Amino acid sequence: MRFATEIVVFSVFAFAALVGAGLGVDAPFRQHMWVLFFVLAGFTAILLRNIEFKPAAPIDPSAYMDGPIRYGAIATVFWGVVGMLVGVVIALQLAYPDLNIQPWFNFGRLRPLHTSGVVFAFGGNALICTSLYVVQRTCRARLFGGKLAWFVFWGYQLFIVMAATGYLLGVTEGREYAEPEWYVDIWLTIVWVAYLILFLGTILKRREPHIYVANWFYLSFIVTIAMLHVIDNLTMPASLLGSKSYSAFSGVQDALTQWWYGHNAVGFFLTAGFLGMMYYFVPKQANRPVYSYRLSIIHFWALIFLYIWAGPHHLHYTALPDWAQTLGMAFSIMLWMPSWGGMINGLMTLSGAWDKIRTDPIIRMMVAAIAFYGMSTFEGPIMSIRTVNSLSHYTDWTIGHVHSGALGWVGMISFGALYYMVPKLWNRERLYSLRFVTWHFWLATLGIVVYAAAMWVSGVMQGLMWREYNDQGFLVYSFAESVAAMHPYYVMRAAGGTMYLAGMLIMAWNITMTILGRQREEQPLPGSVSAFQPAE
Amino acid sequence: MMSREHIDEVSGISTTGHEWDGIRELNNPLPRWWVITFYATIAWALAYTVAFPAWPMLSSATRGVLGYSSRNNVKNELAAAEAAKGKYIAAIQEKTILEIAADDALREFAVASGGATFKVNCVQCHGSGAQGSKGFPNLNDDDWLWGGKAEEIQQTITHGIRFASDLDTRQSEMPAFADVLQPEQISQVSAYVASLSGPVLDKTLIQSGANVFADNCAACHGEKAKGNREVGAPDLTDAIWLYGSGESAIAAQVRAPKQGVMPAWGARLGETKVKELAVYVHSLGGGE
Repeated sequence: MRFATEIVVFSVFAFAALVGAGLGVDAPFRQHMWVLFFVLAGFTAILLRNIEFKPAAPIDPSAYMDGPIRYGAIATVFWGVVGMLVGVVIALQLAYPDLNIQPWFNFGRLRPLHTSGVVFAFGGNALICTSLYVVQRTCRARLFGGKLAWFVFWGYQLFIVMAATGYLLGVTEGREYAEPEWYVDIWLTIVWVAYLILFLGTILKRREPHIYVANWFYLSFIVTIAMLHVIDNLTMPASLLGSKSYSAFSGVQDALTQWWYGHNAVGFFLTAGFLGMMYYFVPKQANRPVYSYRLSIIHFWALIFLYIWAGPHHLHYTALPDWAQTLGMAFSIMLWMPSWGGMINGLMTLSGAWDKIRTDPIIRMMVAAIAFYGMSTFEGPIMSIRTVNSLSHYTDWTIGHVHSGALGWVGMISFGALYYMVPKLWNRERLYSLRFVTWHFWLATLGIVVYAAAMWVSGVMQGLMWREYNDQGFLVYSFAESVAAMHPYYVMRAAGGTMYLAGMLIMAWNITMTILGRQREEQPLPGSVSAFQPAE
Repeated sequence: MMSREHIDEVSGISTTGHEWDGIRELNNPLPRWWVITFYATIAWALAYTVAFPAWPMLSSATRGVLGYSSRNNVKNELAAAEAAKGKYIAAIQEKTILEIAADDALREFAVASGGATFKVNCVQCHGSGAQGSKGFPNLNDDDWLWGGKAEEIQQTITHGIRFASDLDTRQSEMPAFADVLQPEQISQVSAYVASLSGPVLDKTLIQSGANVFADNCAACHGEKAKGNREVGAPDLTDAIWLYGSGESAIAAQVRAPKQGVMPAWGARLGETKVKELAVYVHSLGGGE
């Protein structure tokens, strides 16, 4: 009988959620358990309606398992639209505070929804689905563990839904990028270990003698995120039926653990993981060999060794001892070249195919991603310098830096990978429209430029206003005056974000139409001949 | 597995011989500038950790040859700033607020320091230009509830207004006349009060309103409604309104008056800072 085990497990957990909803010691926990109950009960109902008693069709063990990857591609686009929409909303809330709707939709609750939505929901799904796509093809092996990939996919979506609804209900640990409370953390740990087993198992049964570089990066991302997640979330729940827990660390140790986590979430989630993506999809789309094998080895090991120590640069001029600050900064500076190794390997892979930047909008997207990667990994070490940091820290400069990396690098490389992967996953001849890709590219690029430029100006202005003394030694500006001065830049930032979101919506339409098997009648792009050739 | 000898036709460079899903890797060396820059950052980082506190030892860490300490830097900068201000602060501590106002150099310093204090502590209610807003008085005009002389301002800042935990706070409470007056009397007196500084809709109410005022309000606000600073009763003849202008806003205030509260700052900021603040507020334009 199909889904027998699943139905039993889902209904048992749904019942447990119902018990939690009834006996929870605090109201947010009870509300959160109601959410969980309805999600699980809904799943049970869907599975019951799809029950079948025919024996399952035999699985061809030599074929790739692409079902969870297709779902993952759709989830990536869906969460991308949601996360970026929430981003535009909170950008507008900063410019126009009246848009804060209490209590569920105020800035404080929507902001983690935005950051987790784009980093973990959009970025996480992009990483999981591309990693499963890449690992099968570069290992010539079907995914390990039978239905394990489905567990990872649905388990991760459940984590996203529980994290997101928790934020809106006010359930939070208050740790940046690690806001979900203890019970959601435990669930993510289970899912993540399953993901590690799935990925590692597939590598172990590979039919290639060597492990391709993209898989090193993906594996380092999976292993390190597991370690970071577990250690940063070591907390003691106040009650096993409550939504509050207390960190195992206190004071500056807690801050350092948090920023060790926070910085390496950037390093291993948003950098190493997406470098893995780049190392497969750029050579495939350009149809060129990777520029340098040696560089890929050296910059990989240098990157993962150095990145893990750079976190203290988030705590310059705080209670953190000077020596730890110094080391954080020194490691950040040494990180510059290892980061750029990825940029060199990505860009130089196009040597012999530079004309494709003009003719192939997907390559153009990937090149823009690598260029933004290079810029933000240069800006990062600069901002880690203590004296620069004294100006930039706590200002919008940091927000601009993060977004040139997130929108430019993470977003654009994911878009490129999806545009490459979707027609192949659904056996479509080509994308619905390449002209839409061009529109997406320009909207996204202009959006990032407007966003980052506005934040740089506003951040530097903010930093200068805060430290402005008159010749008698008194502060010149009140905090409220610096807030008022930022208003025009907040409006510009919201405009840039809206452009980026518009590009994302065009992509959602393009991908949907491609999945449905439509092809838009359109003039070929100038100079493009190969664009309309069938996908290989 | 492909043969070990494979040359990429476009670049003429050999590959590693491996192939994954059609992807090969060229045997290019590390770019020289990359290697040199990488080594340079490592050398710089090592030198930096010698110069600054960096290497953790058993019970403490190396101090660095430059003797840098962020805590000492802050301490020294604050000490230097205090030293530069020291003689002014000492003088302000000793002198009365009138003496401070009379001394040009001291007054200038007090205005600058008081302005900085104002930006941190007062703008939340009174606005960054001290312009006030509904319920919070404008401090730039000539209209003072409790007096606009420097000592009076100092008294208000030190002890606050209707601030329960300060025994010397400025205290007054306008009764709620909804329990005392008939609704039509309230309309009448509101029309009368509004007529003192502007036009009203129904002029026939004014005369009877004047009688209501004389019987109920003149005790605090004065026969001519010019107010009384002894009890913080506002002047009702100017066009300045704390809780809104017009007959309906006045009627609302007559029925159930809002009793604004200002915290006492003396204990929190100390006498010197309060003196400076008073000099600053006095200097804004309305000081008497």
